[in-house]
Amino acid sequence: MLSRTAANLYWMSRYLERAENLARVLDVSQSLALLKRSTHSDDMSAPLRLTDSEAEFAARHGEEINARTLWAFLGFSGHPASIHSCLLQARDNADAVRGALTGEMWENIHATWLGMQEAAQQPPADLARFGDWVRERSHLFRGITYGTIHRDDAYRFIRLGTFVERADNTARLLKLRYRHHRAGMADHYALVALLESVSAHDAYQSIYHDTVSAPKVAELLILNPDVPRSLAACFGEISQIVAQIAGPRGRNAKKLAAEMAAALMYGDIQDILAQGMQNYLHHFLGQTAELDALLHTAYMEAL
Amino acid sequence: MPSLTLPASGLYDEMFDAAAPRAHYAQYADWLNSQSDEALATRRNEADLLFRRYGITFSVCRDAYARDRQIPFDIIPRVLPASDWAVLERGLRQRMQALNAFLHDIYHTQDIVSAGVIPAEQVLGNPLYQVAMHGLALPNQVYAHVAGIDIIRHADGQFYVLEDNLCVPSGVSYMLESRKMMRRLFPELFTRMDIAPVEHYPNLLLQTLREASPVEQPTVVVLTPGRHNAAYFEHAFLARQMGVELVEGQDLLVKNDRVWMRTTAGLQGVDVIYRRIEEDFLDPLAGNPESLLGVPGLLSVYRKGQVALCNAPGTGVADDKSVYPFVPDMIRFYLSETPILNNVPTWQLRKPDDLAYALTRLPELVIKEVHGSGGYGMLIGPLASRSEIADFRQRILAKPAHYIAQPTLALSTCPTLVEAGIAPRHVDLRPFVLSGRDTRIVAGGLSRVALEAGSLVVNSSQGGGTKDTWIVENA
Repeated sequence: MLSRTAANLYWMSRYLERAENLARVLDVSQSLALLKRSTHSDDMSAPLRLTDSEAEFAARHGEEINARTLWAFLGFSGHPASIHSCLLQARDNADAVRGALTGEMWENIHATWLGMQEAAQQPPADLARFGDWVRERSHLFRGITYGTIHRDDAYRFIRLGTFVERADNTARLLKLRYRHHRAGMADHYALVALLESVSAHDAYQSIYHDTVSAPKVAELLILNPDVPRSLAACFGEISQIVAQIAGPRGRNAKKLAAEMAAALMYGDIQDILAQGMQNYLHHFLGQTAELDALLHTAYMEAL
Repeated sequence: MPSLTLPASGLYDEMFDAAAPRAHYAQYADWLNSQSDEALATRRNEADLLFRRYGITFSVCRDAYARDRQIPFDIIPRVLPASDWAVLERGLRQRMQALNAFLHDIYHTQDIVSAGVIPAEQVLGNPLYQVAMHGLALPNQVYAHVAGIDIIRHADGQFYVLEDNLCVPSGVSYMLESRKMMRRLFPELFTRMDIAPVEHYPNLLLQTLREASPVEQPTVVVLTPGRHNAAYFEHAFLARQMGVELVEGQDLLVKNDRVWMRTTAGLQGVDVIYRRIEEDFLDPLAGNPESLLGVPGLLSVYRKGQVALCNAPGTGVADDKSVYPFVPDMIRFYLSETPILNNVPTWQLRKPDDLAYALTRLPELVIKEVHGSGGYGMLIGPLASRSEIADFRQRILAKPAHYIAQPTLALSTCPTLVEAGIAPRHVDLRPFVLSGRDTRIVAGGLSRVALEAGSLVVNSSQGGGTKDTWIVENA
């Protein structure tokens, strides 16, 4: 496969996954805002901190953050981190490699962009519903991909983009929302928000049958391979996919992916907590960025 | 029964002879009579929706929003009887054989020039003549592997060739997508009528491209300028339909006298490039040095016979409007045959007599730039204002050799669904001719339609639409 095609496919699905994750985070912020007033601003600013766009938001909408302005900025505006921009990038990457997608995949991602354009021109009144729509479009695209494309390297780079972005997102959210020093109700809600941002609240309850506690949340989202958005689940996929990419290149990327997957598979939450969550996540995000760079050098960039 | 405006007299209408449908339209007319305006409008909306959903576009300007503009599609087919098509097909075959023979000749022994059939300055002095192509041996002596010949039907009911597009003709994806759309919208018509299929075009194209290389199992790619090109949809469409890579200049490189593409598994050799970028941009070392679209060193590899380019560089000289008047002579010279398809009578304004004649008749003539295309740089006398004509007169006088003049042809009309119901609109026809070891043509082509009443400009870059073209048996 062409290197450029690999890059376009990889970024297409990274951007789509990013849009989906952001929609989830915005939904959670909105419901948190309805739930309690006390720690309002901190939780409301989470999506901005996640996308590193607090300053630009303040410049445009002032200090006051509410669900509507958050959505206007991170949902519909032309800011590079917005859902709007992510879906445009996803579609543009898809357009650049139309030949490598099945007709159904192309139609779907193109239709998503058309829907996004309409929403950007006239933002919908029901924002939660729009968030659902964004997530559904992403789910649908993954399903169509799974159901229509044949299993070659194109499929692998698409999947790789999904899981690298997903792991990166889960780690960033953990870094942002994880709290362990106190056990007040504020922390409880922050932890629940974290679980919901990665659709893992149900999983938590069915696995632990217990109140939400910080170490268990960390264990679930980092080490549990059965939770689809945990770091262990993502890297289980990544290491398998990378190993299957054809050709002699990419040994360093394959090696790093395997090492990261092994560390998660055989990891112990006590070791991670002893190291300190922030340190651990900082290191993890650095490694993920390195893997991304290795993948680009090996497969996606001009030789 | 839908509201219908009958064609004006004095023009040839594809469907109606006066008020009665022609024989090959009889079945369609029966069906149409059973439809209502609302039913047709519904199907048209469905077509618009589907085209939009598929993202089938041809656009002049590709910013994030405007680039999704689609080419207008008309749901009323242009139908031709198989008997007409048989003549067209023989004529197209003949014409392409002569044009390829001409190209081979002018880049080798130049017999046609020494025989005095065509003046040397028209060929050798033509800016589109590529000295670099001189003496190159091409497989099957084919230069224009893919041609889109523009044909119109005049008021006399005869077909005339308007232009031979031999460089990078586009539109074939619309022919294929229009057919797909019509099958989806009107399955009942396809069971009722015997319509020749066109869907095998990509197979024929791939076969033709493969034959351009002496290699046993050549690797074929489609080279596109990229997603900002107006015809990008078509490039991606054809690559996918043929199952070959769609590459941009940046994906290719020249090394050890070969062309390679950069892949995830390292470099992979390329044998045939179906290039959808203009010749001048192919190789910044040989053409436009500013070009970022091309591949440095490509033409030197080409000249060594290590890669095939389709179409070959230097084909432009044969579809130049200053060479066009000589095509019937080429047919007689190379094939010793009588031309089957008519050429439009053409005055070459480089000749003083022709110039003097044309200047007295500007309001009735069509004036074209010899190197222009896409309907730009032309004057349609009967539709032009006085000041436009005066302006053009100055341009002609400044450089007469840059222009040709032709009578204004009354393009035939075809019923078309417009705001006011069904009304006649002018159409042309672009069949696609593939030249490899054999000449291959699918029965049909792209019918382009000028959507504005009375307009003669059918080019998609200027707001023309498309129609499906049906070649029907037993009509």
